[in-house]
Amino acid sequence: MSVAPAEVERPVDQDKPTPGKPWVTIVWNDPINLMSYVTYVFQHVFGYPKKKAEKLMLDVHHKGKAVVASGAREAMEHNVEVLHGYGLWATVHQD
Amino acid sequence: MEPFRSVRGGGVKAVLAASEAELLRNLVAQLMDLIEPESARAADLDELEMLLQAEATSTPTDPVLARLLPDGYRDDPDSAGEFRKYTELSLRAAKHESAQAMLGSLPEQGGKLHLNADQAQAWLKSLNDVRLALGTKLGVTEDFEDQWDKLGQDDPRRTAFEVYAWLGAVQESLVRALW
Repeated sequence: MSVAPAEVERPVDQDKPTPGKPWVTIVWNDPINLMSYVTYVFQHVFGYPKKKAEKLMLDVHHKGKAVVASGAREAMEHNVEVLHGYGLWATVHQD
Repeated sequence: MEPFRSVRGGGVKAVLAASEAELLRNLVAQLMDLIEPESARAADLDELEMLLQAEATSTPTDPVLARLLPDGYRDDPDSAGEFRKYTELSLRAAKHESAQAMLGSLPEQGGKLHLNADQAQAWLKSLNDVRLALGTKLGVTEDFEDQWDKLGQDDPRRTAFEVYAWLGAVQESLVRALW
């Protein structure tokens, strides 16, 4: 038996998170956002110290993406909404 | 332009030429037209139509809009659609509000500019949205300076690349002033 991708209807899924499969916020690399800006947004939105924010930004830049937060699905969706407000290319994903 | 600098006691300051203020005003006005929710444009829509419009669930077909209002889920159209249904209108409204705040704090004839913390956030977001829109239209890559160099002297895109580079410098100075 395999685990289905996260395509279950939202209201059901929200109440019953798959155990052991945390939700994450992913930020994807894009050619337009400035490296300084992305670092600043990570600090400002998540309250990360500059060093951690810079490391995440470099992961995005070099690896194409980085997990910037993990937790409940609703919290990750909120993160993505805020990051879209800043123009970052972010998505919710179940690890 | 004199780049952004932090001000003792809070906020940031810069000095803009009149032509730069006009350029920013035009670019931000275009951005506002682009992201304005459909429902705000047509005051004569009845409530049902408004409701239907509020429930946009598919990725915009225009690549610029798709970049400004991206999917919240990758490789999962159902979740992406649900997410968009609940967030797209408010995201459009938030971007519109930032753009409005940026316009409101932009001196008409250029000159000295002093932004408080909230205004600086509005500038940061809207400058970035303008860069996203222009950069997507131009198809820039991370080597945009090479792309720019390779354009012929009379290529009409030269000016747009120049504007794009300038916006990047303005944004960079604003980030550094806020740090």
